[in-house]
Amino acid sequence: MANSATTATTVPAPGGGRRALLREFWFYFSENRGAVIGMWVFLFVCAVAVLADLIAPHGATDQYRDALLKPPFWQEGGDPRFILGTDAVGRDMLSRLIHGSRYSLFVGCIVVTGAVAVGVILGLIAGYVGGSVDSLIMRVMDIILAFPSLLLALVLVALFDKPSLTNAMIAIAIVQQPHYVRLTRAAVMAEKNRDYVIAAKVAGARPLRLMFHTILPNCLAPLIVQAALSFSTAILDAAALGFLGMGAQPPTPEWGTMLAEAREFILRAWWVVTLPGIAILVTVLAINLMGDGLRDALDPKLKRS
Amino acid sequence: MLRFLFIRLWLLIPTFFGVTIAAFGFIRLLPGDPVLLMAGERGTTPERYEQLMQQFGYDRPIWEQYLDFLGGVLSGDLGNSLVTKKPVFTEFLTLFPATLELSVCAILFAAALGIPAGIVAATRRGSWLDQSIMGTALIGYSMPIFWWGLLLIIFFSGMLQWTPVSGRVSLMFFFPPVTGFMLLDSIISGQKGAFTSALSHLILPTIVLGTIPLAVIARQTRSAMLEVLGEDYVRTARAKGLTPLRVVGLHALRNALIPVVTTIGLLVGTLLGGAILTETIFSWPGIGKWMVESISRRDYPSVQGGLLLIAVVVMVVNLVVDLLYGLINPRIRVS
Repeated sequence: MANSATTATTVPAPGGGRRALLREFWFYFSENRGAVIGMWVFLFVCAVAVLADLIAPHGATDQYRDALLKPPFWQEGGDPRFILGTDAVGRDMLSRLIHGSRYSLFVGCIVVTGAVAVGVILGLIAGYVGGSVDSLIMRVMDIILAFPSLLLALVLVALFDKPSLTNAMIAIAIVQQPHYVRLTRAAVMAEKNRDYVIAAKVAGARPLRLMFHTILPNCLAPLIVQAALSFSTAILDAAALGFLGMGAQPPTPEWGTMLAEAREFILRAWWVVTLPGIAILVTVLAINLMGDGLRDALDPKLKRS
Repeated sequence: MLRFLFIRLWLLIPTFFGVTIAAFGFIRLLPGDPVLLMAGERGTTPERYEQLMQQFGYDRPIWEQYLDFLGGVLSGDLGNSLVTKKPVFTEFLTLFPATLELSVCAILFAAALGIPAGIVAATRRGSWLDQSIMGTALIGYSMPIFWWGLLLIIFFSGMLQWTPVSGRVSLMFFFPPVTGFMLLDSIISGQKGAFTSALSHLILPTIVLGTIPLAVIARQTRSAMLEVLGEDYVRTARAKGLTPLRVVGLHALRNALIPVVTTIGLLVGTLLGGAILTETIFSWPGIGKWMVESISRRDYPSVQGGLLLIAVVVMVVNLVVDLLYGLINPRIRVS
């Protein structure tokens, strides 16, 4: 490749500790322009979510009975108080979108944390212990994967008493964790007979230490890439469940739920339908762009080609 | 090849039983008493309760109940819907062709656009064309399809009035289902305009359901193609002086399509998940909409049966894809 020469001169030498690793990561990550743009957009969404109470012009559930279905301010009949217009019960669209970012990011964080925690532990056990434990865990994962994920999430939500955002998050996390189990297991199987693991074993390391301290750090790259992907899938699935009435419930300003409420106005008020969707699309797109950059930066096979 | 087939089938057996256990356990895990759930809001008398307990066999040990359920499943009896009182299996069979028709059209749409787009992007690697194709693909991949469907309805049905908003065929037409596929049935019926009507109902749902597969196929084709284009035999073919079209279209494409076929097969699960959303938006009378309605109407036998049958469909498709993969890639058969 053309840039192999520059790579050789500018990449910091390996073995320079954590900071050097970070610098190397950033070098490869920033080569992907889309990934950097995605990162800035994602940081912007994060900032909006954190500062929601400060920057939102109105409360997320405040109703203005004198301003129902007002179009955005630049359209005829628009109201300068409501920059992006209002919905059918007179709530400010912009404020609801701003507050909605909190739910989406929250869903992404919780789902990924839950799925990674459970998936990695099960994957480590399956890969390290092997035998019948391995077969049992993998068969259960096969069963989960035999169902389309959105359908399984829907049914799981129905299993709990009432649809809510919490239940939706648990369901999505359950549906996503088999991917982590498979990835971790494959990585552990590849690593566990390497010399450094055997050396640690001979030195007297206990199984738990071997699993989490010796092996796991060397399996992280594919897990991080998968985490980015499932962060965006989690946001999409949670919005889909909200849209089907099985996720966050009104009047929560969750983007998918907002779309469900807006459905009957699709031919009358374009802004109540268009805006929440754009919010979902932009957030998910930003995360996926970042995910591509992470893959380029962390996957050694691609890196050296 | 036959050995390969048997091994794949053998591996499916535990998963199949696991899926039946999952579907069986589903009703037991529901909060509340199943009989009271079926009795609904009106409640029931103690005598009637006992009678129902016996009728459904809830008074027997759990493993006996499971074996009963399994026996039913194997003989095609999945119980009756609480709402329509019809057998769940019959309901599934009447609705499945609608979903199948939609899914097949969506996959064809996705492959017909995605494979050429991926090839073009790979052969022009780094160009603005490559970047815009891959950018569009990533947008498609990130698309909340329920919103995408609403947008298309606003534009094509609302503003341009080109396509109808919902259903499979205009209410003007009525013909008995022969194949269950509206496009074929409308031709068979011989009624004027029926085919056009069915087609215009199908277009938007196909685009919506095909969007994510399209993006995945385009990305996968591009990366598979890039890998193959770097191989020695492609260089040899070029060196022999073959035209670029022949090199890419014949030598490279054949090998690049192997992972793409697998990807298409693995998309079936995604497709059935997407069908839930697409069918809900377009009131498409298929499995996805039926499942959503059954869940919200708390029609548990339908949910249970539907879940099981959909899982079986996914498993069978995955098996077929595996076999296909073995057929086009002989190396895999050995391992």
